[in-house]
Amino acid sequence: MNGSRSILEAKNLQVRKAGSLVLDVPLLRIEEGEILSLIGPNGAGKTTLLQAMARLIKLSQGELCFRGENVSSNHAQFEYRRRLAMVFQEPLLFDTTVYENVAAGLKIRGIKKSAIQRTVAENLKRFGIAHLAHRSARKISGGEAQRVALARALATQPEVLFLDEPFSSLDPPTRESLLEDLESVLRETKTTTLMAVHDRMEALRLSDLIAVMNHGRILQVGPPGEVMNQPLDEFVASFVGVETILSGQVVRKEGGSFIASIQGHYIEAVGKVELGESVVLCIRPENVTLMVPPFKEPTSARNVFPGTIVKVTPLGLFYKVQLQCGFPLVAYVTSHSLENLSLREGKEMVASFKATSIHVVRKKEKGRPVSLNA
Amino acid sequence: MDLIFEGILKAFFLLFTFDPEVMGITLLSLEVSGAATLISLLIGISAGTIIALAEFPGRKIIVSLVNTGMGLPPVVVGLFVTIFLWRNGPLGFLGILFTPLAMIIAQAVIATPIVMGITLAAIQALPKNLRLQIMALGATRLQMVWILVKEAKLPLLAGVMAGFGGVISEVGASIMVGGNIKGYSRVLTTATVMETSRGNFEVAIALGIILLLLAFFINWILTRIQQKERPR
Repeated sequence: MNGSRSILEAKNLQVRKAGSLVLDVPLLRIEEGEILSLIGPNGAGKTTLLQAMARLIKLSQGELCFRGENVSSNHAQFEYRRRLAMVFQEPLLFDTTVYENVAAGLKIRGIKKSAIQRTVAENLKRFGIAHLAHRSARKISGGEAQRVALARALATQPEVLFLDEPFSSLDPPTRESLLEDLESVLRETKTTTLMAVHDRMEALRLSDLIAVMNHGRILQVGPPGEVMNQPLDEFVASFVGVETILSGQVVRKEGGSFIASIQGHYIEAVGKVELGESVVLCIRPENVTLMVPPFKEPTSARNVFPGTIVKVTPLGLFYKVQLQCGFPLVAYVTSHSLENLSLREGKEMVASFKATSIHVVRKKEKGRPVSLNA
Repeated sequence: MDLIFEGILKAFFLLFTFDPEVMGITLLSLEVSGAATLISLLIGISAGTIIALAEFPGRKIIVSLVNTGMGLPPVVVGLFVTIFLWRNGPLGFLGILFTPLAMIIAQAVIATPIVMGITLAAIQALPKNLRLQIMALGATRLQMVWILVKEAKLPLLAGVMAGFGGVISEVGASIMVGGNIKGYSRVLTTATVMETSRGNFEVAIALGIILLLLAFFINWILTRIQQKERPR
């Protein structure tokens, strides 16, 4: 057994479309049983990366190894495609019954009819669509269609599963129930999965690893906690939900911490930096505490700034409060504290956050960004 | 008005008495146009699918040529097929000019671009990612083509109807390469032309009505297949 060998390894992968480089991935490894989520804005190259990794599109350069074997010849590509499955953004069902759709991959492989029946029935049940078996795939709802697409993909018992934003066109409750089912199926089958997701929360929930992409490049790969809390650069930070991103200079160093000047205000943060260096401070909204002035109790946070509420936006379970403290700052509060503190636009508040809760990114001059906390 | 009325009466008389000459002409029309349509389906669907899927330099020119070919004037086809099959022509040694075979060839030349053009459009109208999805399901090239053709079956049947409709009603090429020889290469359209020029309007109308009924009947069957109630 090659326990330590990656199931998929892409080296120097490049894809050009109409002459321009749309994908440039020097190295990407996926281990057996891992779930890797790709996040990034539209046009970041997530779909291209998935299709390149599934060998559905031509590579301009580079190679892909599946279980250590190079997938390059036409025959190797064909053999490889028989061991994977892919679900696209649209269900792409065939104009026949739900049953025939789920059976499609098995029929293509020339599997015996009795075995097909068993596997199809099992997968219809798994995704809760057994009652639709004899309906036309053209006459079911969007959520049901995407369930059929997932059942069709998993019916072939793929060794690698590729999912390209399969939930993005579904309404929230439908998406939620489908996510739950997919989660349990992936847990049960331990299928290695590479998926592009639109919603960061989906990525957090299902993944072992998250890769943040932009402009055809992978900017950061790591466990969800690491990517969310220690983004490597400003782009990753803004994409993973860091609302406050401030640029400034290091003006003083004291022990492990330092003081940065941000638009004339001094913020204390922790990290190894050079004096006079440009830094970016990332403050997650959930780490910002709001108080009504004048506050009396001393707090362990040294960063305390008076400010005015500029805007309050409801975000479902909590509210996003935008403040102007001489620099913009964003905090999340629950509806409970919103009422207690009677927060509203124009109100004067005091905001505080701990020096240790700030993630520091050293401004990259050239080449790769350097993370301090990593 | 009498003329038309008498013509219709005559038509039904010829039909219900199974007039041997009219039956022969009708049957030959069906055989020639049916064979030509089959050939055009074979060539048109496979070539149309290949052009739709393949990427090669000059593809756009080929596509516009096919689309132009959909409106090929039958007399021009008749002219060129005649030249090719003429005694001294490149295929003159076959000796098939003025035979039903020559008519099948000419009609196949007319119908093939029609079927090819509609196939091309039908396959291209399928969702862009469908090909990738079929590939990802592990299909061989042949399996993929088969699945795509099945997915495009509704517009493809329209192609069959257009191809058949185009050749069964065509007269120019048939008369040029077939010669309208009585009992041998006379079909409904060529017979109608001849009877009209002779002033035998009742017979001409009768033949015309048979032609219409035939075209209607074939299209009715194909429409039934096309619009067949799909599973609930």
